[in-house]
Amino acid sequence: MTLECKHVWEHISEYIDGSVDAQLREDIERHLEHCEICSAILDSTRNILILTADDRTFELPVGYSKRLHERLKEEIEKSRQGPSGGR
Amino acid sequence: MTSKGAAAVFEMRNKSTEETELIARLIAGAKQLFHELIRPYERMVYLTVFAIVKNEAEAEDGAQEAVINAYRHLGSFRREAKFSTWLTTIAINEGRKRLRRAKGAAEDSIDEQAEELDGDYTPAALTDWREIPLEALERGELREALRRAVAGLPDIYRQVFTLRDLEELSIEETAEALRLNPGVVKVRLHRARILLQKQLVPFLKTAAPARKRFFGRAV
Repeated sequence: MTLECKHVWEHISEYIDGSVDAQLREDIERHLEHCEICSAILDSTRNILILTADDRTFELPVGYSKRLHERLKEEIEKSRQGPSGGR
Repeated sequence: MTSKGAAAVFEMRNKSTEETELIARLIAGAKQLFHELIRPYERMVYLTVFAIVKNEAEAEDGAQEAVINAYRHLGSFRREAKFSTWLTTIAINEGRKRLRRAKGAAEDSIDEQAEELDGDYTPAALTDWREIPLEALERGELREALRRAVAGLPDIYRQVFTLRDLEELSIEETAEALRLNPGVVKVRLHRARILLQKQLVPFLKTAAPARKRFFGRAV
């Protein structure tokens, strides 16, 4: 089946996730072979996802981990005291 | 499966076995092991709360509270569940509780946000992405633009996008954590990705070098 661009766009997210069925995948790939616009849309979306998953893009507050473990340490110590385990 | 893929699966199983052992020892009384158990998930807990409350200080307090809650209630964790999903659910609940508190008790319907039916979810067409060198992706401004774009997404899309694409949970895990149908997760994820693509393309066009270069990359 020949797909139009807008049909490719509708399935672009599932295509990236590899969750389209084999037939649709094949149709999309055939379309991508000759359509530069859809190929560029796919590439740009994929690159955005790569950048999103990169730890440097969404950073944690400085000292977050240290403060978290200090708080947890206090909680663990508290739960060790007292007959009910401090709960 | 590639050998790299096989190694990743092996590592995952190994990790899951180690985690099960850690939890068993913890429940048996080795409480200090909770530090070790939580360490791989610190980032995930923070980002999950942040996706809901959208404020750094509030997200950090919420993340601490979520971790403490997980510690206190570890006894109720069922072994057949995945620890990461269980923990994510606790983080989501903590975030929502804080959001409700911030918005006031009158507005208690944050889970009920409807999908936007009339939004335009068509990606932006571009023809010169392949000519953008990888260095452009490495630049700080692009990361900043992406952070802003994610922060600007409608809440229901940002939450799904955060769990799936930042924290890399599966569709099913995302659905379970947010108590949504997987079909709804897919629709929201698709819209979030398209909205981000649309917002970042103009930025990338201006960021791209004027001189044409071909990087012949096959995806």
